[in-house]
Amino acid sequence: MHTYMYRKEGSSMGLATFKGGVHPYEGKELAENSAIRTLKPTSGEIVLSMSQHLGAPAKPIVKVGDRVLVGQKIAEPGGFISACVISSVSGTVKKIEPRQMPAGGKMLSVVIDNDGLYEAVEGFGAERDYTKLTKQEIRDIVKECGVVGMGGAGFPNNVKLTPRDESKIDHVIVNAAECEPYITCDYRLMLEEPEKLIGGVKIMLQLFENAKGVIAIENNKPQAIAKLREMLKDEPRMEVCECLTKYPEGGERSLIYAVTGRSINSGVLPADAGCIVDNVSTVIAIYDAVALSTPTVERVMTVSGDAVTEPSNLRYRIGMNCKDLIEAAGGFKQDPEKVISGGPMMGFAMYSLDATTTKTSSALTCLTHDEVAANAETPCIRCGRCVSACPEFLVPVLMMNECQKRNPEGFENLEGMECIECGSCAYVCPARRPLTQAFKQMKREVGGIRRARAAAAKAKADKEKAEKEAAEKAAAGKGEEKK
Amino acid sequence: MKMLNVSSSPHVRDKDNTRSIMMDVCIAMLPTTAYGVVQFGISALLVIIVTVAAAVLSEYIWEKALHKPLTIYDFSAVVTGLILALNMPPQIPLWIPALGSVFAIIVAKQLFGGIGQNFMNPALAGRCFLIISCAKFMNNFSSASLGFDSTTGATPLAVMKSAVKAGTSATQDVNLMQMFIGRIPGTIGEVSAIALLIGGAYLLWRKVITWQIPVIYILTTAVFVFIFGEHSMNYVLAQVLGGGLIFGAFFMATDYVSTPITPKGQIVYAVLIGCLTGLFRIFGTGAEGVSYSIIIGNMVSPLIETATLPVAFGKEAKKK
Repeated sequence: MHTYMYRKEGSSMGLATFKGGVHPYEGKELAENSAIRTLKPTSGEIVLSMSQHLGAPAKPIVKVGDRVLVGQKIAEPGGFISACVISSVSGTVKKIEPRQMPAGGKMLSVVIDNDGLYEAVEGFGAERDYTKLTKQEIRDIVKECGVVGMGGAGFPNNVKLTPRDESKIDHVIVNAAECEPYITCDYRLMLEEPEKLIGGVKIMLQLFENAKGVIAIENNKPQAIAKLREMLKDEPRMEVCECLTKYPEGGERSLIYAVTGRSINSGVLPADAGCIVDNVSTVIAIYDAVALSTPTVERVMTVSGDAVTEPSNLRYRIGMNCKDLIEAAGGFKQDPEKVISGGPMMGFAMYSLDATTTKTSSALTCLTHDEVAANAETPCIRCGRCVSACPEFLVPVLMMNECQKRNPEGFENLEGMECIECGSCAYVCPARRPLTQAFKQMKREVGGIRRARAAAAKAKADKEKAEKEAAEKAAAGKGEEKK
Repeated sequence: MKMLNVSSSPHVRDKDNTRSIMMDVCIAMLPTTAYGVVQFGISALLVIIVTVAAAVLSEYIWEKALHKPLTIYDFSAVVTGLILALNMPPQIPLWIPALGSVFAIIVAKQLFGGIGQNFMNPALAGRCFLIISCAKFMNNFSSASLGFDSTTGATPLAVMKSAVKAGTSATQDVNLMQMFIGRIPGTIGEVSAIALLIGGAYLLWRKVITWQIPVIYILTTAVFVFIFGEHSMNYVLAQVLGGGLIFGAFFMATDYVSTPITPKGQIVYAVLIGCLTGLFRIFGTGAEGVSYSIIIGNMVSPLIETATLPVAFGKEAKKK
């Protein structure tokens, strides 16, 4: 019945999974039973960053003093890989200035004074029969509604839904692994709004006739698996794939391998392997946009961790302040040492809670004990745990040597650029070495070198071309003279 | 509220650290240590105490003298001292293992940069140093105080070796059950196969080691001695149970620092040292071979590692 049986492990009994990975403390029990609560602030600021997605920042199309409505586009894509930004409240544009982002740094943001009226643009929320839409219409709606990948990377979804050859797509995979510890927002959405999720997959399947829809869920969410299996039993083109609970099961490359057995590297797009992968929140955002004429103005976030009074899953207006979300979760019962935007494996530590939220803010994880600060680095004992943990089959210990030698070439030769920065190596390291941190830095450096190399090659090619043309011109000129 | 901590992801860490791993190795050696003390008596206990103390003290003095960060609390020096002690004959004069500890810690470990930098297992380096410099003491297993049958002072492997030389059946004078339990002459920690296997199982259960190196090493040695030695099951079993093979396979060949880190490399390494052990035992002058095999394996580990780097995920097709 289940054809997804790659990498059978002793304990996994035929569950889909990948090689490598780690098992951090899950922490899901804190928030998994807390039903989604909707927050609708009636006053205060909404700060909408122009950079809530991967790629070029969006360009504001409103001015200070303009009145904006819920669902109104306030910024246009700033390039091909970019996304629209939609106002999540009604109110007046107060400022357009750089503001603090949850992942650190400041970004140009449109600051709206929320009037609390939630006056929406015309047609907002209107139901639409998506089966009557053409593929182009669907893609345009997704683009205009500012739908981006909500798992963290924020890849513009209309671009993802437009592969080079759509007939080659044979898998639409819903990433419902939610392998990051503590985060439960996608789990709650599967339990509370499964029909929207299924609707979203149907819309995607409408774009890719040759594909089947696979909802890949880790086996630590049996209720979600049972519920979706039941609802999908009469859907010939959709099924649930039960995955082993292991981090990073929800990493794009790991998940594609778990579901299809296909291995892709950093130079291959999922679409080239016949796969389109979107997480639960994103698929629901597609459904909201296409079937309910509702652009991405809100999302669900998990506020959890042992410092939080009432770990919660909160549906919030994008652009709300992190402080307000923590307050909505009852505030802190104990002062946190660390607050992470996202989960503890790949999230960003925040130095201040006074930051805005974006379309990719899936969690605020508040921990009373910072395990990183508590564990000083000691020398490597070459235990090899990083090698077994790496889902990309790299040798982190040797890559680290190259980082310490500041040798980008050596790092590249060890395929360091294949690192997905999942943090598994640093998690298992008994010597507490900051492996992932060093790799992130080195990857940036190598990226810069590669770009410089490409630019130099292009400049050289252009120059040669220009010279060749000049020579040809001169030759032609001479020829004419001879005539 | 105080300032929030900021650092790069990941923000959580596994429970195991260097010290917990080293302590696990010590715990795993407890059954064989206890067996050795019970069987060989107070002299064995003294050897163990002196060797471990000398190892820890050497590390302490060296690091204090050179103003280096103190690493004695990570238990790695205890592990080195204990492995060395378990490799000693029970009646050895105490200054010999103490000297071995100093050599292991100062020369084999600290001179190469301390923990994680030694290119060979320090305890083994110490043992080989002593075998060369104090051969008379290191090969003397005779003891009047042992009090069990057929204590000629010769280890089962030595008995078998001389039987082969004399042209008689190699296994006529060895008792496999006694070897399994450990009621044989030998070094303090190598005699009891059952105690060693309990410790090995503990290391596997705690995931301190993987099965590949010990199992492949022992199997390779068994196959090698079967092919080139006497073709009998008793002979092969006596070879596996005798000498330091099981001790070496679980506690010395699995040393993190001096073995290849790549999964394929570990298999190559285990096969190599298995063949070497068989070679030394059958064709060498001595009856033993584990220590030298592992030391040679340690020395070629970097080469094995470079030659067996894994292919990155998703790049398999390209490399084929």
